[in-house]
Amino acid sequence: MSDSSPGLDVRWPIGLLFTAVGALLALYGALHGGPAGLGAMGSNLNLWWGLVMLLFGLGMIAVAWRAHQDGQ
Amino acid sequence: MHLHGIDYVVIVLYCVFVLGVGLALKRGMHTSVDFFLSGRRISAWVTGLAFLSANLGALEVLGMAASGAKYGMLTSHFYWVGAIPAMIFVALFMMPFYYGSRARSVPEYLRLRFDEKTRAFNAFTFAVMTLLASGINLYAMAIVFKLMIGWSIHSTILLSAAVVLVYTGLGGLTSSIYNEVLQFFLIVFGILPLTLLGWQEGGGWSGLAARLPAGFSHTWSNLGSAGENPMGVGWFGLVAGLGFVLSFGYWCTDFLVVQRAMAARDMAAAQKTPLIAAFPKMLFPFLVIVPGMVAWAVLPREEFLVNGKIEYNLALPLLLARYYPPGMLGVGITALLASFMSGMAGNVTAFNTVWTYDIYQSYLRRNAPDAHYLTMGRIATVSGVALSIAAAYLALQFHNIMDYLQLIFSFVNAPLFATFLLGMFWKRATSDGAFFGLAAGTLTAAAHYLATARGWVTYASEMAANFDRAIYAWTACFVLTIAISLCTRPRPEAELAGLVYSLTERPSYRRLPWLNRPGTFAVLAAVLMVLLNWIYR
Repeated sequence: MSDSSPGLDVRWPIGLLFTAVGALLALYGALHGGPAGLGAMGSNLNLWWGLVMLLFGLGMIAVAWRAHQDGQ
Repeated sequence: MHLHGIDYVVIVLYCVFVLGVGLALKRGMHTSVDFFLSGRRISAWVTGLAFLSANLGALEVLGMAASGAKYGMLTSHFYWVGAIPAMIFVALFMMPFYYGSRARSVPEYLRLRFDEKTRAFNAFTFAVMTLLASGINLYAMAIVFKLMIGWSIHSTILLSAAVVLVYTGLGGLTSSIYNEVLQFFLIVFGILPLTLLGWQEGGGWSGLAARLPAGFSHTWSNLGSAGENPMGVGWFGLVAGLGFVLSFGYWCTDFLVVQRAMAARDMAAAQKTPLIAAFPKMLFPFLVIVPGMVAWAVLPREEFLVNGKIEYNLALPLLLARYYPPGMLGVGITALLASFMSGMAGNVTAFNTVWTYDIYQSYLRRNAPDAHYLTMGRIATVSGVALSIAAAYLALQFHNIMDYLQLIFSFVNAPLFATFLLGMFWKRATSDGAFFGLAAGTLTAAAHYLATARGWVTYASEMAANFDRAIYAWTACFVLTIAISLCTRPRPEAELAGLVYSLTERPSYRRLPWLNRPGTFAVLAAVLMVLLNWIYR
């Protein structure tokens, strides 16, 4: 995956959006908890899925960052 | 369903990002090729995901879940038969002409290969069809959000159209493609927990199968004849109608999807675009059909009732309400919102290209400087959005008229595939053959539609009629194009180099490592497709 952008690498907005939303969700889940009775993941979906999204977002940022460094 | 503050925060965050992307891309828009074809600079994985998302409207997500609840795994034929073979074909055999001829649009290829009238026919039908699709998409979006969360129809239509207008007007096709990629990930992350949680609650595949009507977990076992399955289709109609005519007609000739591949940075990337899209596409049944099956398996029937009638379209919204707490619900709603908006953006960017290059530049103002066409592209974007809004309100007023129009236009692509097949692989095909064959194919579809609407011909289901209509339209176009071509004078071979298979040098990828060649991707996709059909037979 080389630099994919006319002007802007698409991995930046994807990475930033998912990092922001993932962090928001995980934090919200950690503070509020979730409904009971939906199994391990379902009982606090915000926390677990927020963390998954956060990791994905950070991964995208890392890849975009590396491509940016290589391109310099 | 009720949204909380946190859900709105997620939705607003998404909108801010989308507008920011448009703003950031505006700096790079210097020529009309930047605006309409992303300067042909985009890498294969981005165009591949956009190729996929351009077709992944929210209506498809909601509709496929509904179909999953109604028919079970039979629905996966729309993917494993009705998409993958065509995607492999367009990549290997048609992309060399689309990309290699340097045509800027599908209608423009038709002019290069045949003549002006065939291009005009395709450009006008495509332009009208695209705006109509865009309006219907907008209308459907407003209805869905009204039903699900009670948003006002007018503000949904106007606000989302405004967001789409700003980002496509600023960043052109690149904006549209970037948002399609963003939407792809939003749909995956926004819907996947439904499948995971549903799988868990339903007790895995065997647990789900046990709770669902017999045959719901099979794709091929009940297709011996039309009477054996709830869809009312037999294997021939399915393979020939859906798998061949409709699917190839859409994936191989619809400018909306082909435009994504045309924006790729080189021939290898253009060929890989549909192939990269094929892999996630194959797995989508698990993302969109399985939740529908889960909903039917775990929810009581009463929840599907609207005015005493089962409403399958509720499958996905019901699951969202069941599994998602505030926060995650915002992500799910944003995913649907994003796919509605990028569906509209895709239509608008395809429209402004065809309008500017194939209609305006060809018939209204020929030799203007490039900057003039860039400005025209922006004007076409504004007009495209305005006309979409008008079409949405038309749909709101006259539901039935729009249904008919949509159905009729859905058959524009069916005969078109015969025209392309003959144009690309038979150097003897002439422009008169192409034009009159295409017109005859379209008329055949219209006549067949009239015959079924009036009850002169009857079918087990609407779907079976659609598949048959496509087969007739395609055959009429195919046969007539050949017959007329044989009676008319062909163009000299020298003029057809680069446009017809036998007169074009095949691209060679010896310089690429074998794992990175389009051919390798195609073989892998084909093997995986056969495997999935076999496992869920």
